[in-house]
Amino acid sequence: MPTTAPTAHALSDVTASDSTLRRFLHGLPGVDAVGLEARAASLGTRSIKTTAKAYAIDLAISMVDLTTLEGADTPGKVRALGAKAVHPDPTDRTTPTTAAVCVYPDMVAVAKEAVAGSGVKVASVATAFPAGRAALDVKLADVRDAVAAGADEIDMVIDRGAFLAGRYLKVYDEIVAVKEACGDSARLKVIFETGELSTYDNIRRASWLGMLAGADFIKTSTGKVAVNATPANTLLMLEAVRDFRAQTGVQVGVKPAGGIRTSKDAIKFLVLVNETAGEDWLDNHWFRFGASSLLNDLLMQRQKLATGRYSGPDYVTVD
Amino acid sequence: MAFEYAPAPESRAIVDIAPSYGLFIDGEFAEAADGKVFKTVSPSTEEVLSEVAQAGAEDVDRAVKAARRAFEKWSALPGSERAKYLFRIARIIQERSRELAVLETLDNGKPIRETRDADLPLVAAHFFYYAGWADKLDHAGFGADPRPLGVAGQVIPWNFPLLMLAWKIAPALATGNTVVLKPAETTPLSALFFADICRQAGLPKGVVNILPGYGDAGAALVAHPDVNKVAFTGSTAVGKEIARTVAGTRKKLTLELGGKGANIVFDDAPIDQAVEGIVNGIFFNQGQVCCAGSRLLVQESIQDELLDSLKRRLSTLRLGDPLDKNTDIGAINSAEQLARITALAEQGEAEGAERWSPACALPESGYWFAPTLFTNVTQAHTIARDEIFGPVLSVLTFRTPDEAVAKANNTQYGLSAGIWTEKGSRILAVANKLRAGVVWSNTFNKFDPTSPFGGYKESGFGREGGRHGLEAYLDV
Repeated sequence: MPTTAPTAHALSDVTASDSTLRRFLHGLPGVDAVGLEARAASLGTRSIKTTAKAYAIDLAISMVDLTTLEGADTPGKVRALGAKAVHPDPTDRTTPTTAAVCVYPDMVAVAKEAVAGSGVKVASVATAFPAGRAALDVKLADVRDAVAAGADEIDMVIDRGAFLAGRYLKVYDEIVAVKEACGDSARLKVIFETGELSTYDNIRRASWLGMLAGADFIKTSTGKVAVNATPANTLLMLEAVRDFRAQTGVQVGVKPAGGIRTSKDAIKFLVLVNETAGEDWLDNHWFRFGASSLLNDLLMQRQKLATGRYSGPDYVTVD
Repeated sequence: MAFEYAPAPESRAIVDIAPSYGLFIDGEFAEAADGKVFKTVSPSTEEVLSEVAQAGAEDVDRAVKAARRAFEKWSALPGSERAKYLFRIARIIQERSRELAVLETLDNGKPIRETRDADLPLVAAHFFYYAGWADKLDHAGFGADPRPLGVAGQVIPWNFPLLMLAWKIAPALATGNTVVLKPAETTPLSALFFADICRQAGLPKGVVNILPGYGDAGAALVAHPDVNKVAFTGSTAVGKEIARTVAGTRKKLTLELGGKGANIVFDDAPIDQAVEGIVNGIFFNQGQVCCAGSRLLVQESIQDELLDSLKRRLSTLRLGDPLDKNTDIGAINSAEQLARITALAEQGEAEGAERWSPACALPESGYWFAPTLFTNVTQAHTIARDEIFGPVLSVLTFRTPDEAVAKANNTQYGLSAGIWTEKGSRILAVANKLRAGVVWSNTFNKFDPTSPFGGYKESGFGREGGRHGLEAYLDV
């Protein structure tokens, strides 16, 4: 699989200065909001049934970053989450494992132990999640802590204040520094908090900025604000990774997070992936769902496909 | 494993197609006077759907007489009463929309996605819209108490059978006229179902008459001395014939004819959305759309980038069973039309344009044509001048806005055009210079009953839709 090498690709010149970077980002094709949303909606009407649905549900389960990001998280809660990630449906051992469990940095060691030997990754939201309002040193320390505790993946938030103020190089430098702190062992997911970036043009610029700086994944949001992942902003980010690979040869993953709760929604996102970035991204190395309640709905739909009956919430585990 | 969508065909069981249908004259289904019938087939399978009575001159005369008798009472009704019938028809169309969508897909070959999501909602919307005007004609800007014309003879094409019927019948009835309508010979079924809806709505006998048939029936209808208004949508050649027939009579005429719409993409366009707009502009209804954006004018500086994106996008189009909800491209309406498209595409190749289609398996039976792109096209090529009426896009380039406008206007047609740019001032400046009845900006093929539609030059005259659409049916 291609690996990300931030300085090696064809676009490394554009990050020479704040002004070259700004010129590049503002020279990206614009986004027509009406057209983008119409396209996302029309892909949402694809009808996925029978074998395609069974395939999509298993694929979606394997793409879930099972997440708990509460102030009230305890080791017990994280162990339960880990067990669920490894055996999402205890009544049916053919159920795929989820991609990862996603926790705060202080819970990484607990999570790591809970999923040991299963292939499930441990992701951690470092960098002063969710606001990102801390000094770079603090963010980097946060990342190093998580990596040292064994995190396989780091989910960082960008400094939205700097981005909205047009200080793109500052945002870029921070991502580069965090990527360096991840070392060779952890993949980096860069969270834009698309709801706060507010325009689609900004989301496209942020996507390119993140990819230029070496992101392994670009991710919509923290799940902590009013507007999180939507079909339209995910479609836009899929276009960005598709175009980035065409230009640089480097493949970057996409992770919509927050607000995806039903199998039906998840399948719509998979259709977006299939018809926008293409089937190369239909794999949990390149596409993830940041979600907590989605998994149970996927499991209930899976049980229904297997048994012909809809069993209800008591037939899947609470975390 | 790739993501193979399982087939999800809409059920045919929802629509009950009778083995045979008559003409609808004076509120009754009747056989043709000379007993002639013809078969209507499903373009995607070549299966015979039904046998339909074929109208001749004598039937036209009967229908016009029925419409004339009905006109006396219908035109005397208060507008609010006519509105009640139209609202009732609109509601029945909504209630039966799934059935009608399946029927239209079977008879026409277009994908269920389009009949369900575009055609039927618009059909109902047109009846609702003109129902709203029926009691407000005094306030439509045509003077106090404008009068209806009388009997309207209407001839419609096969590309949007039910939608074209709605465009014709809704304003005619709202303004107090009565109607004799001839649907196309390849797509008569939805008009006959509409006849049934008229009965369901209790519409007085003779107000709407439907005569399935061929060109001879259309010619007889247009020439009938007791028809007061002729409305035609179809080819420019037939439109010219109709204009000659009607010339010198007191009949009022509107024509909606062919087109060769330019879709202009400037270098600052939102590329991904422009690609969607180009696809929607030429591959919607297999390109069998008079206002299709069949000439793509791309600014030279982004030609390569745009064509790469467009080709990649075309490779994701799904062609096949039109009843499958996942199908984007359905069947061509008839063997005759397929032959015409094939011949024009071959001529494009022979004249030196470069032809490209995505890898695309075509079903074994039925009439199919893969989405096709021609590059290296110039204004001098036949495929840049003649309307192809199929899924064939000709790509031309330009360097400056003036050149784009000059090339866009350099056509005998003038029905539609599109502009793609992020710059609002450019949209306004260019739109003002384009000689086309509809100019879309950063979108394409969007229709709405409130918006007038019609062309310049050989694309015809008169407007349908909106307040303007009333004028064609009023004595003003």
